[in-house]
Amino acid sequence: MPELSLDELKDKAKVIRRLIIRITTEAGSGHPTSSLSAADVVTALYFGGFMAYDPQKPHDPDRDRFILSKGHACPVLYSAMAEAGYFSTDDIMTLRKLGSPWEGHPNMRRLPGIEASTGSLGQGLSLGIGHALAGKMDGRDYHTYVMLGDGEMDEGQVWEALASAHKYALGNLTAIIDQNGYQQTGATKDVLDLTEFQPKIEAFGWHVQTIAGNDMDAVVTALKAARGISDQPTCIVSQTQKGYPVVPLLEAEGDPNYHGKPFSKKLAEAALAIIG
Amino acid sequence: MHLGEVSGLSMGAATRDAFGEALLALGAINKALVTVDGDVGNSTRTEPFAKAYPDRAFNVGIAESNLVSVAGGLAACGKVPVVASFACFLMDNAFDQIRMSVAFPQLNVKLVGTHAGISIGEDGPSQMGIEDVALACSLPGVTVVVPSDAACTREATRACIEHDGPIYLRVGRGKVATIYPDGCSFELGKAITVREGTDATIIANGLMVAAAVDAATLCEPLGISCRVIDLHTIKPIDRDAIAAAAAETGAIVVAEEHLHHGGLGAAVAQVVGETTPVPMAFIDVGDQYAESGDPQGLLDKYGLTAETVMEAVKQAHGRK
Ligand SMILES: Cc1ncc(C[n+]2csc(CCOP(=O)(O)OP(=O)(O)O)c2C)c(N)n1
Ligand SMILES: [Mg+2]
Repeated sequence: MPELSLDELKDKAKVIRRLIIRITTEAGSGHPTSSLSAADVVTALYFGGFMAYDPQKPHDPDRDRFILSKGHACPVLYSAMAEAGYFSTDDIMTLRKLGSPWEGHPNMRRLPGIEASTGSLGQGLSLGIGHALAGKMDGRDYHTYVMLGDGEMDEGQVWEALASAHKYALGNLTAIIDQNGYQQTGATKDVLDLTEFQPKIEAFGWHVQTIAGNDMDAVVTALKAARGISDQPTCIVSQTQKGYPVVPLLEAEGDPNYHGKPFSKKLAEAALAIIG
Repeated sequence: MHLGEVSGLSMGAATRDAFGEALLALGAINKALVTVDGDVGNSTRTEPFAKAYPDRAFNVGIAESNLVSVAGGLAACGKVPVVASFACFLMDNAFDQIRMSVAFPQLNVKLVGTHAGISIGEDGPSQMGIEDVALACSLPGVTVVVPSDAACTREATRACIEHDGPIYLRVGRGKVATIYPDGCSFELGKAITVREGTDATIIANGLMVAAAVDAATLCEPLGISCRVIDLHTIKPIDRDAIAAAAAETGAIVVAEEHLHHGGLGAAVAQVVGETTPVPMAFIDVGDQYAESGDPQGLLDKYGLTAETVMEAVKQAHGRK
């Protein structure tokens, strides 16, 4: 399991953001902004020493798990996994093309290392509970991380899952909410305002931290703190910007959410220049 | 090569666009009409209605089971709720709510599933509604409608909203060929004979009607005269049209953009078996999930083409 320094992690997040933009622009469809907001957390998980995994042994029963419940953000997952050595960066350039296993949403039957087939929002946390329960049954000490969208929190199943994870005191489970402020048709505060997340989820018996999720220092600190909790499930409310760090470009385009829209070649160039 | 091109059919609008247009127009006439959305109104095309009638449009968030039961409550109070989401999320995610809040109490809810079939393309299998017709048809008292082109969808939307009772209307994401002129006649439960023929019948719905028309064209030089029937209403099914086609042409091919089990093919086969058994063949997605890819490439790869329908006609006709 790679354990990069803070500066290296920040550089790695840039590499991953560049890949996200390149593969979705090449595909001509997909969800770059949903992927960009989540890039710091996903980078920290795969490269900050928080997950034990071996790309050569994707089914190792002791591996730590990452489930991307907001499956439409899979460009961030594919990019991180390519950097981690599961497959090559050339491979993921085939994103969404006929025959490519790098589908528009994650498909665990076609790509070893993908822990769950997602794309219908609301199911990933329950799947994560299954992994966490199995880990306890089998006496294995792996950890399961699940990333959800803030719009995804609208789904009732998520709250059913929150309740049952507490029942089984799943200290081996961490939910991360990518609170980027937008869902498909607008700002989450306008579509269905569920904030503040922290007191609500605490009321379900979880340990909750609210952090600046596009700040690598804060992300690493929070993930460390979560690993220190063993008697209850932990949640990180990761406050991010959808499209970070190229939001000004999207505002100039008149659509700061930019949900499910790839960047044009020109916009991609400008975005890559900002990321550096 | 788009479906319908062999027969010179031009490309028209997507059926979801036609649904959205018709809904907007009906909003002016029917003040009881309301929409219940699950954060996908810009995809399902309920958005223009919601913008025009904000007091009659509810967006309850990404919560399909909630939105179906909310619609049940609205219908119980005399409103005419239109619940639109992706076909898969609506039918699959909220199935028990559809059962208990709509079908069992026979409430006047209009369920609209968009992004049906594999032709949605790149978003892939998790977003493809291919079980939806089977689920909808399993529900007693629910009318199930799958229109084939934009003109027909506008009329179907009107008919579905005027009908008093639960409806499932299925529409697609991409542009489809034009089969009918604007303002075409449309009656729920009444099949449309798109083309006359004597040697075999192709029964289709959705975008496969254009493929059926093409297949009929391809069969002409083979000396097989094909009738083409647009069976837009799967439930209640037009038994007379099916029985007559079986009796008069002696072979039936069914073509649909759905899984093999529980769709149009199964529904037609039941009627053929009960009335006039004849050789049948089926063109559909099979018993499998598809994958991501461009819409045309997917239709080709999964065998939803004029050629596969033509081969099925040859096969069924050969068994007469
Ligand atoms: C069950 C379900 N309903 C609807 C959708 C369509 N959909 C895809 S992404 C999305 C918005 C998600 O918002 P959020 O969870 O905040 O993710 P973000 O894109 O902001 O990261 C919606 C409604 C879906 N994928 N699944
Ligand atoms: Mg969001």
